[in-house]
Amino acid sequence: MKRKLLIDIAKSLLFARWKQTLVAAIGVTFSITMFITLLSFMSGLNDLLDGLILNRTPHIKLFNDIKPNKNQPVKLTTEYGLAHHFIESIKSDANRQSIYNSEAILESLKKDKRVLGFSPKLTAQIFFNDGSIDITGAMNGIDPIEESRLFHFNDYVTSGNSADLTKISNSIILGKGLAGKLLVNIGDVVQVTTSKGERFQLKVVGLFQSGIRDFDDVQSYSSVNTVQKILSQPSNYISAIQVKLNDMTLAPKIAKEYEQLYQIDAEDVQTANSQFETGSSIRTLISYSVGITLLIVAGFGIYNILNMMIFEKMDSIAILKATGFSGIDVKNIFIYIAISIGLFGGLVGLLLGFSLSATIDQIPFNTASLPTIKTYPINYNPKFYVIGIVFSFITTYFAGWFPARKASKIDPVVIIRGK
Amino acid sequence: MSTTILEAKQVNKYFHDPIRVQVLNDINFSINKGEFVSLTGKSGCGKSTLLYLLSTMDTDYEGQIYIDQEEMPKKNENFLAKIRNEKIGFVFQFHYLLNEFNVLNNVMLPGLKLNKYSKEEVEHRAMDKLKILGIEHLALKKANHVSGGEKQRVAIARALINEPHIIMGDEPTGNLDKKNSDMVFDIFNRLSTEFHQTLLIVTHDPSFAERTHRIIHMEDGRIVL
Repeated sequence: MKRKLLIDIAKSLLFARWKQTLVAAIGVTFSITMFITLLSFMSGLNDLLDGLILNRTPHIKLFNDIKPNKNQPVKLTTEYGLAHHFIESIKSDANRQSIYNSEAILESLKKDKRVLGFSPKLTAQIFFNDGSIDITGAMNGIDPIEESRLFHFNDYVTSGNSADLTKISNSIILGKGLAGKLLVNIGDVVQVTTSKGERFQLKVVGLFQSGIRDFDDVQSYSSVNTVQKILSQPSNYISAIQVKLNDMTLAPKIAKEYEQLYQIDAEDVQTANSQFETGSSIRTLISYSVGITLLIVAGFGIYNILNMMIFEKMDSIAILKATGFSGIDVKNIFIYIAISIGLFGGLVGLLLGFSLSATIDQIPFNTASLPTIKTYPINYNPKFYVIGIVFSFITTYFAGWFPARKASKIDPVVIIRGK
Repeated sequence: MSTTILEAKQVNKYFHDPIRVQVLNDINFSINKGEFVSLTGKSGCGKSTLLYLLSTMDTDYEGQIYIDQEEMPKKNENFLAKIRNEKIGFVFQFHYLLNEFNVLNNVMLPGLKLNKYSKEEVEHRAMDKLKILGIEHLALKKANHVSGGEKQRVAIARALINEPHIIMGDEPTGNLDKKNSDMVFDIFNRLSTEFHQTLLIVTHDPSFAERTHRIIHMEDGRIVL
């Protein structure tokens, strides 16, 4: 009852000067709108940039690295066990690049609950022959269906279908730049030469565009079987296993575990692409600080308007106090005013912010490097909306608290006598 | 012997700014239930200051003030607000209605704050008070759309809403013309005779003071009889 009365009084004070109230609320609305739009847009762009690399990067890559053997012969002798070894002119191991016992590893990965999926990969260095011109290129043997599911391979295939790689034998998908150099299109046949001199005719079933020019100029994809055939290798020959986890943050830990378990090199995505994480967290930081600055500015707006309101309402405050309203009552009235401005402005701001970001989402954005993107990216994360409304509540509360405290301390005698 | 409603004992008051000046000097008096008292004196003699002390709005004084035989504390702001709400009705020189509300709501506010009766009941009582003062037709008008004399009557209705022990007026007729002044006096007089309402009115209008039951005259911060 008592609270209801105070809220009624606050309401009357608000509506008595509804234009002023509206200006204050619009200040909040504007900043919340901008906060939501800015964060949605910036984090949409951020995700796009991250996705450009991270979507296609396995969380853990299992492979045999070319590097010197950790256990040099001198270490095997017990005689110099504690001594420091000076070994010069070490050469990298002439290790074979294929993964030992690959089938067993694939079987055990299938049983690992932390693994979302995996796809084998096989890389071959080849030459594309076009008349007298030989173009150096790389050929990746993949499982197109798993590769599309886990690493969005199909998103980057701009014409043709990646699934055709399994359906049509001796087929290949070329990078767009590479296809341009070879002057071939879907249905044409290209001739490739392996590093061992063998020649193959492959049918082009698709073109892909990754957004990275250097990549599109040399890369091509084919099924694992085709590449094994080209390299004259058995069907268990694969050079890498790409693992995608349910939780990306576990990658470094699990990578270490696999290294131990399979006696293989394992590289996690955090190590392989550390610069992306840094960049992305800095971009997030920037957008949050701009957004929060907007909200604080709006808070000062509310502070000013409430201060002004209290100055205007001196008489009313004095009369309320003279007729038995305590300082706390008066303070609560002004805090209710501030909070209702904040909540109303904030909610409208959320709606406008949503519509503005939905509008941006419709603006065409075509760029050669991003074949899958047709409009500006927007991230509709509910987190932004929660932060927006909570922050508008908090800023307006504090913006109201100081003027309200001042109002509660006004001495009615000073005002009544002052007239 | 009727009961004492308001009593001041050895009240002294000083202004500190810019220099320490004594404005009230050893004030002792009491008002009984049903009395219609006027407090007169020249400008600056301290009569308004005394009224604010008696009304608990100013707590910076020495001595004791009793309302309804209860000593008023000097610190407890919430308690004093409650006392003002329940036991004192106020009428000021400049009417002081809340312009954001209509006449009826202005009258109802202290009643709603008291929270003793339901909203409907308070509204009913407020209409009664307006009827007594002959202004029930103004009930739904905005407070800033009524004339000065009418405003003062609304303020009196508001002072009456919680049936206070005492009504205090700070020159309630000071800003009104002869006709309206007389009307306000008649109202006070009626409240006193018909309803036995205790009234303490500060005024420097001699014709107003003469017609009250008792005059307390002040000079230079002292009561002179």
